[in-house]
Amino acid sequence: MQTLVQYLISSGIFGRHAPYELVAAITVIVMSAAVFLGVAFPFAGMVSWVERRVWARIQSRVGPNRVGPNGFLQWLADGVKHVCKEDIVPDEADPTLFKLAPYLVVLAFVLPWAVMPFSSSLILADLNVGILYMTAVTALTVVGVLMAGWSSNDKWSLIGGIRSAAQIVSYEIPAGLSIFPVVLMTGTLSMQGIIRAQGWAPQHWFLFANPFTMIAAIILFISALAEGNRTPFDLPEAESELVAGFATEYSGMRYLFFFMAEWGNLFIIGAIITTLFLGGWQFPHVTRNVVVMNVLQLITFNVKVLFLVFVSMWIRGTLPRVRIDQLMSLCWKYFVPISFLDMVGTAIWVAIWPNGNEWSGYVMFAAGIVVGVIFVQRVIYYLRRSRMELYFRPTI
Amino acid sequence: MTAIGSYFRNIKDAVTTIFEGMAVTASHFVRRPYTVQYPDRTPMRVQDTLPIRYRGILEVDLEICTGCLACERACPIDCIVMVAEKDPATRAITISQFDIDIAKCMFCGLCSEPCPTGSIHHTTEFEGADFSLESLIKRFVKEPIPAYKAKKGPETDPRIAPILDRGMHFLDEWAQPGGEKSGSTT
Repeated sequence: MQTLVQYLISSGIFGRHAPYELVAAITVIVMSAAVFLGVAFPFAGMVSWVERRVWARIQSRVGPNRVGPNGFLQWLADGVKHVCKEDIVPDEADPTLFKLAPYLVVLAFVLPWAVMPFSSSLILADLNVGILYMTAVTALTVVGVLMAGWSSNDKWSLIGGIRSAAQIVSYEIPAGLSIFPVVLMTGTLSMQGIIRAQGWAPQHWFLFANPFTMIAAIILFISALAEGNRTPFDLPEAESELVAGFATEYSGMRYLFFFMAEWGNLFIIGAIITTLFLGGWQFPHVTRNVVVMNVLQLITFNVKVLFLVFVSMWIRGTLPRVRIDQLMSLCWKYFVPISFLDMVGTAIWVAIWPNGNEWSGYVMFAAGIVVGVIFVQRVIYYLRRSRMELYFRPTI
Repeated sequence: MTAIGSYFRNIKDAVTTIFEGMAVTASHFVRRPYTVQYPDRTPMRVQDTLPIRYRGILEVDLEICTGCLACERACPIDCIVMVAEKDPATRAITISQFDIDIAKCMFCGLCSEPCPTGSIHHTTEFEGADFSLESLIKRFVKEPIPAYKAKKGPETDPRIAPILDRGMHFLDEWAQPGGEKSGSTT
């Protein structure tokens, strides 16, 4: 960031004697706007289309494929439709809070992008408390959701909002505890610092560093799904019970804001897991060219994140919704104790091998490959048993 | 002990069942979708894929209509309106009106069964959407025409013979419980 600002001042675009703070402020605003309008919001839209196509294939359907090439512009059509709709505020609702709530939810979705480590130099602000900031601002969602549920003055919205609050606050604990092992091993909270402590090869990722971090990664991923109100934890907006939960009374663009935040949160979930456990943007040093290196790192990071986004869609297409008591028992009876043990285990591991154990990385990676091979075998078994025509193209 | 056992069994069950479930859905990614993308992206017209006994919109081959009014009498909801006059001198029947109200028709097939030549029959056409009820009334007779008169022996007129063959084929199809093919094999 500083180098960019220095470069802009020395290039003379703003005049020779431009104040540093002013140029820095303009740079930050332009870059934030570029990230939000150019990356975050289109991503949220495109994810809605990809998600519908992925579910469709899971259910042997086709999905939206009419608007644009293979239905790719479906998200634009939906967005335009929602913008054109009437913005209704119920008579009995609290108008101020009702109108404010969607913006808070979107705020909780856009704030984490400030510390999103796209590559070794593409990051808006490499805070020294990066991952703490990330968990803190994503938890802001609960305020917006609870506000929406309360101000709608509707029993479904209220139950949805309360459920969401209970769920997000509960799952913050295992999620936070699962970040601890990585922080213990790296000794830093900065996103770039955590990524720099890992290597590009899978055996140097924290996912495979030792058994405890692998369990932590799984727990963090599931907790993040629960915090993002994703199926199988989408109780706050369970259609069969609560109409649309906290979003029942919303219409038009405000309704879209909730779902844009939900889809966009997928990227943030993926980015947290990628940063902490999958080596982030780490890529072998193939060239000395900084720009090429950064592009390669950007691609690496995005491929990892998009794979995790795909996995969360796949989970959504697979698993049924859990009950509210199952949700709470999963959190308090299973995840919290396991992640506590995980944290203690990692602490002992770090005490024994302060610089990490090279061999455990290889062993864990080999175990991961074995699980992957068994999984592929099961997939082939189910394919053979169904005796269905195979179709490998993603489009139809 | 049992409580601890069930605790760990729960974890094991969750992991293994989710693993299996994910494998099942993963296998669906490489299966061909069942969906028929009906109006415009079908490999062939959907009408052509339907069986001959499909009860679609009614059609009348006026060339082989005998003017016997059996279909009009059979229709339970009077959606067929037919006028056929017999000339007392020549005993020739002239059909001056043959209207079927497709909007009323319930596709029961009772009219096509008593038809002696298979003139009135169901097609596989089902796309009947229109902007007015009037345009759904199919008027087959433009101007009064003479009715078909069955001959002794096979039909000799080369223009009518294939139409009559087709009509009789429809009748044969409906005469057997499982269609003509199953009737001939058993």
